[in-house]
Amino acid sequence: MPLIEIKGLRANVGDKEILKGLDLTVNAGEIHAVMGPNGSGKSTLAQVLAGNPAYEVTGGSVTYDGQNLLEMEPEVRAQSGIFLAFQYPVEIPGVSNAYFLRAAYNEKLKAQGKEEVDPLEFADLMDAKLAMVEMDSAMLTRSVNTGFSGGEKKRNEILQMAVLEPRLAILDETDSGLDIDALRIVADGVNKLKRPDNATIVVTHYQRLLNYIVPDFVHVLANGRILKSGGKELALELEDKGYDWVTSPATAGAA
Amino acid sequence: MRDYVEQRMSSSIETLISREYQHGFVTDIESDTFPAGLSEEVVRAISAKKGEPAFMTEWRLKAYRRWLAMKEPHWPNVHYGPIDYQGISYYSAPKTKTPLGSIDDVDPELLKTYAKLGIPLYEQKMLAGVAVDAIFDSVSVGTTMREELSKYGIIFCSFGEAVREHPELVEKYLGSVVPYSDNFFAALNSAVFSDGSFVYVPKGVRCPVELSTYFRINSADTGQFERTLIVADEGAYVSYLEGCTAPKRDTNQLHAAVVELVALKGATIKYSTVQNWYAGDKDGVGGIYNFVTKRGKASENAKISWTQVETGSAITWKYPSVILQGDNSVGEFYSVAVVNNKQQADTGTKMIHIGKNTRSTIVSKGISAGEGNNSYRGRVQVLPKATGARNYTQCDSMLVGNRCGAHTFPYVEVGNNSAIVEHEASTSKIGEDQIFYLKQRGLSAEQAVSMIVSGFCKEVFKELPMEFALEAQALLGITLEGSVG
Ligand SMILES: Nc1ncnc2c1ncn2[C@@H]1O[C@H](COP(=O)(O)OP(=O)(O)OP(=O)(O)O)[C@@H](O)[C@H]1O
Ligand SMILES: [Mg+2]
Repeated sequence: MPLIEIKGLRANVGDKEILKGLDLTVNAGEIHAVMGPNGSGKSTLAQVLAGNPAYEVTGGSVTYDGQNLLEMEPEVRAQSGIFLAFQYPVEIPGVSNAYFLRAAYNEKLKAQGKEEVDPLEFADLMDAKLAMVEMDSAMLTRSVNTGFSGGEKKRNEILQMAVLEPRLAILDETDSGLDIDALRIVADGVNKLKRPDNATIVVTHYQRLLNYIVPDFVHVLANGRILKSGGKELALELEDKGYDWVTSPATAGAA
Repeated sequence: MRDYVEQRMSSSIETLISREYQHGFVTDIESDTFPAGLSEEVVRAISAKKGEPAFMTEWRLKAYRRWLAMKEPHWPNVHYGPIDYQGISYYSAPKTKTPLGSIDDVDPELLKTYAKLGIPLYEQKMLAGVAVDAIFDSVSVGTTMREELSKYGIIFCSFGEAVREHPELVEKYLGSVVPYSDNFFAALNSAVFSDGSFVYVPKGVRCPVELSTYFRINSADTGQFERTLIVADEGAYVSYLEGCTAPKRDTNQLHAAVVELVALKGATIKYSTVQNWYAGDKDGVGGIYNFVTKRGKASENAKISWTQVETGSAITWKYPSVILQGDNSVGEFYSVAVVNNKQQADTGTKMIHIGKNTRSTIVSKGISAGEGNNSYRGRVQVLPKATGARNYTQCDSMLVGNRCGAHTFPYVEVGNNSAIVEHEASTSKIGEDQIFYLKQRGLSAEQAVSMIVSGFCKEVFKELPMEFALEAQALLGITLEGSVG
């Protein structure tokens, strides 16, 4: 059984249709890269999978772990292992990163019928996670994403992912705005978290990231659909030829 | 897109605003209640009931006559129908053996009431290091830890008892900060106040425990008019907490209290309130009208700090203030005011700088949800002789949904060129992106709102004693529960 199976997914923002019958299947243990032109709907796909109410699903189906994902509340999706690393992480002033992370972690434990952890137990757990993303513990006492640099925000997303250990992680342009070192750290984190029973969807514009996180599949999202899929060599080909080659093969071929 | 989200948000507001008030039960207890109405006879009768000395009766009568000549103020940004002052009963007391020698004499029904409210009057609180005075309708029903406190020379008792046992202190300080002629509601309170708490901390004594009073309105159609007087003698320190609840009733009840704080040379008084009077139902039926005058006077090097978390009442009208009389005195006001449904709050503070190098800090956080209306009204006054006075004001509003309102009315009067007065203000809307972000991490909408709002109020919560901070945070969550989907 696939971990997630998306069939004919259609979604609107306001009156505008963004996803127009999108199909994508991801099995446990796989890493999928989704690439595509600006505004093609990559973030929309990520947000719809996470259950953002600002996006309206108008058709199709999404089956996650055998369940109808579209009927699940966003927090239930999260508790069942769906994690979205936001393209634009949100600031929550006055709420410490540590408090927020522990609350999120405890919600997951509760959903699994496990005991919640107290702040001391959590601090122990955090040491290893911070090391994984090479983050200073001082970040924990700061307010969630507040005043973080662009790169720090992205790294904070990966820290959250490391804490929550999702079954399906969706990274929406986590590589954008990262310096070379941070890129390596983020990619290392993702690789370390990879297990046979989880999967990752990486949305990116840059082939560069895929040197670090080696995808099993690469998809091109354009015009609200997956127009082309292939192995990791597809990313190189895209870099070479651009998206026109996929979106309007006739003109590209004629040139 | 925007419309779409707002529509989604407000439809979840509709379905979720339905939180029941938890303290809305009524205690079935026999009480001694005066018939409705107010006159000189009623004022005299209250005074007689309480066995007061002549100076008190006289003071009440002067206040009453003054009140007759005054008009109800209508400048606050709140709206309500006319109050029938003759339709209110001005005295109601549970029938028990009086006077109460100790907490053991308290009617078990009353103890149960307080236990239900989470305020055990027995040892538990002592262990937690809090001494409690419980006020039920018009009278104090018991004060804990008195013997312990008396070892330090600290007096903590009901106002009625203070009048009988320490008349010299009462006569000296009563009305010294809030004169009976101060305003309409203060005058009314001065005439008819039935009980309250009294604290005296002697010179150089640091009160070892938090003192607290829990106010409970039980009877229908009874006004509650209590009066609190706290005197910290030179170099003394005291931290005082006040909590309030009332049953759910579909009529409005009037609560007009007066609190006076006297901080003598070098003394510190920290006064914290968590106000959770019944706020009325979602259509605005019932609830407490909370018209309160709170003021402190700080002598040289003294400090008065007000911290309040206002979550209840249908209408709140309240401006805890500090008269910075002495040189180098400090005044602080930290406030969180939350309104949901049809609640209205007009609250803020007054800092009056009289002495040199006086400093004041104002941090106000207003949260409006549902159709609630929140106004901050603050006055910073620097008198000509207050050389080197400083004030910092920060006034932040947060809106939850689209039907609520936030207003700020800052007034600044500076009569001395050396004064530095700073004012910062902001208004933000709780973001659907913030809520979704937290939900994506597994938190429910309620947890998300409560987390965002707690973060917003952090600067105020950190001023509250630990135990109270947790209670305040929980209350905030309850008040806002269901305000966002
Ligand atoms: N909140 C919104 N309001 C209006 N239009 C929106 C909104 N969010 C997305 N859109 C529109 O939907 C389309 C798809 O946006 P989406 O963010 O999914 O693109 P993307 O593929 O992630 O692009 P990028 O590579 O630039 O991140 C765009 O045309 C965008 O303008
Ligand atoms: Mg995007």
